Amino acid sequence: MNILELNAVESGYHKRLNVLKAVSLKVEQGQCVAILGSNGAGKSTLLKTIMGLIDDEPRKGEIIAFGKAIQNKSTEEIARSGIAYVVEGRGMFPELTVFESLQLGAFHRKDKAGIKNDLDKIYEVFPRLAERPKQLCGTMSGGEQQMLAIARAMMSAPKLMMLDEPSLGLAPLLVQDIFQTIKSINSSGTGVLLVEQNATQALKIADYGYVLESGRIVLEGTAQELRENENVRELYLGVSEAKTDKRIFVKRQRRWN
Amino acid sequence: MSQLIQVIASGLAIGSIYALIALGIVLLYRTTSILNFAHGEFGLFGTFMAFTFFNSLKLPYPLSFLLSLLAAALLGGIISILLVKPARASFNIGLAILLAALAYGLGVNLIISAAIGIAIAVVSYIFLEQPNRNPSELGLLILTLGVNLFLQGFYSLSFGSDNKILPSIVSNTSIKFAGASVSLGSIFTSLMGLVIMLLLWLLLNHSKIGLAMRALAQREDVAKAMGIPVRLVSFATWATSAALAGAAALLLAPSTLLSPSLLLDPVSKGFVAAVIGGMNSLPGAIVGGYILGLLELFVGVYISNELKASLAFIIVILVLILKPHGLLGKPEIKRV
Repeated sequence: MNILELNAVESGYHKRLNVLKAVSLKVEQGQCVAILGSNGAGKSTLLKTIMGLIDDEPRKGEIIAFGKAIQNKSTEEIARSGIAYVVEGRGMFPELTVFESLQLGAFHRKDKAGIKNDLDKIYEVFPRLAERPKQLCGTMSGGEQQMLAIARAMMSAPKLMMLDEPSLGLAPLLVQDIFQTIKSINSSGTGVLLVEQNATQALKIADYGYVLESGRIVLEGTAQELRENENVRELYLGVSEAKTDKRIFVKRQRRWN
Repeated sequence: MSQLIQVIASGLAIGSIYALIALGIVLLYRTTSILNFAHGEFGLFGTFMAFTFFNSLKLPYPLSFLLSLLAAALLGGIISILLVKPARASFNIGLAILLAALAYGLGVNLIISAAIGIAIAVVSYIFLEQPNRNPSELGLLILTLGVNLFLQGFYSLSFGSDNKILPSIVSNTSIKFAGASVSLGSIFTSLMGLVIMLLLWLLLNHSKIGLAMRALAQREDVAKAMGIPVRLVSFATWATSAALAGAAALLLAPSTLLSPSLLLDPVSKGFVAAVIGGMNSLPGAIVGGYILGLLELFVGVYISNELKASLAFIIVILVLILKPHGLLGKPEIKRV
């Protein structure tokens, strides 16, 4: 069963700028899907469009989450339906404490016992957060903030978690930690839609992947297929077979099909 | 010595009124980034309702006090529905009211003017929707100015512009303290000010809606993505802000006369207090209010009464030169 499905979605800004061009993708139950793409490919726009954060978008196409069309719903309804969104740059509330941020994550939940239970579980996963529930979020380090951003999203008990560049600005070891956490969230049954420039890490934990370029899906396949694809290797994984060949002076044309 | 105590007591009383007004302005500015020029009019609504409840309906004083606070809060909330983004309706309603008022001014029958207004609202809603979908912050500021003018006209029309007397909740006596006579009214005002600040602190720090208000003030987009009901929170913020204005007006009204221009001076002082404290800091608003109230009294009594009027603006200039973000404010960093 698909928990998220996009059919030929077109989106952009101010009714003029067209960023996404007929994007179709799907996330199956319990799947971890990665979207790769360089800067300006439209990755963040894609997540914002799904979340309903851009007014009057998507202009075309349909977005189906958990069997219901959500393209015309408000952000609040979409969040309540079970989609959590970890924004790019962590989106901290600098003047709220760690505990308050986590409470805010569970804002629309009513089951007090469930919230308490989840909070304990999260403190177990992130002992750093358990140590300092009273610390202001703005004073934490980048890695701690990213952990809090993920923990906050977990507090809403989502069925699908969307993450925008969780590795942004983190040291390589921390990046591995974060991706391990995402993997474990995924294996507990939550679907994950991961937008990432760090293709190496993303393809390690993902089941399926899409390559987004200039607003179009140019390639899709299982993580294994993508890892072996020549173009992906060269452009996103930084492994170049052509480098040793001195006779090629012209930059090799990218051809996806 | 006795004079000093009297000055401090009166300074604290007037300071707490300034602080309450400044708190309302800052609370709204932090959460919705709207500078509300209709703030005083919300407060006035409270006093006029209290006057009506007390004089015409003969309700007991504390009850009319509470009911009028509620009325002010409700008015603030309703205005928020018109102004919250996307403020599609507000522009059209504003235009309609303007044209209806124009027609009325030209001598057209009241009912026909109202009909013209409604027709204009409907027509403009259909045809003028696009350009004002997302009004800028400046646009919203101008809209609050429009609300201000509208409400002032409304009060003059329905309550009259003559002076009325709102009795004090405490008896008009003074108590002797260390040789000084301090009026019971100013002690009551100071105490009520403290109580209301405490209530606001409890609301913001120990309630779910308060948490949402603070979150919305810091990162609106993230708060939205977390499923926080932005419209509801904004309604609550406007209502709280208006209730603060109402409380300030109700505390002020007994010591002076009730008229549509009652809050003209205190609200401008409230803005000054908010700027002194830093526009985005709630403790700053309190500090600013008390500083302004006390200094005004000190300067008025010990230096010169003429200087009192311009003192507020001298303080603002000094604070802005020395600390451009106010005493407790933080520089605002915006990603563009």
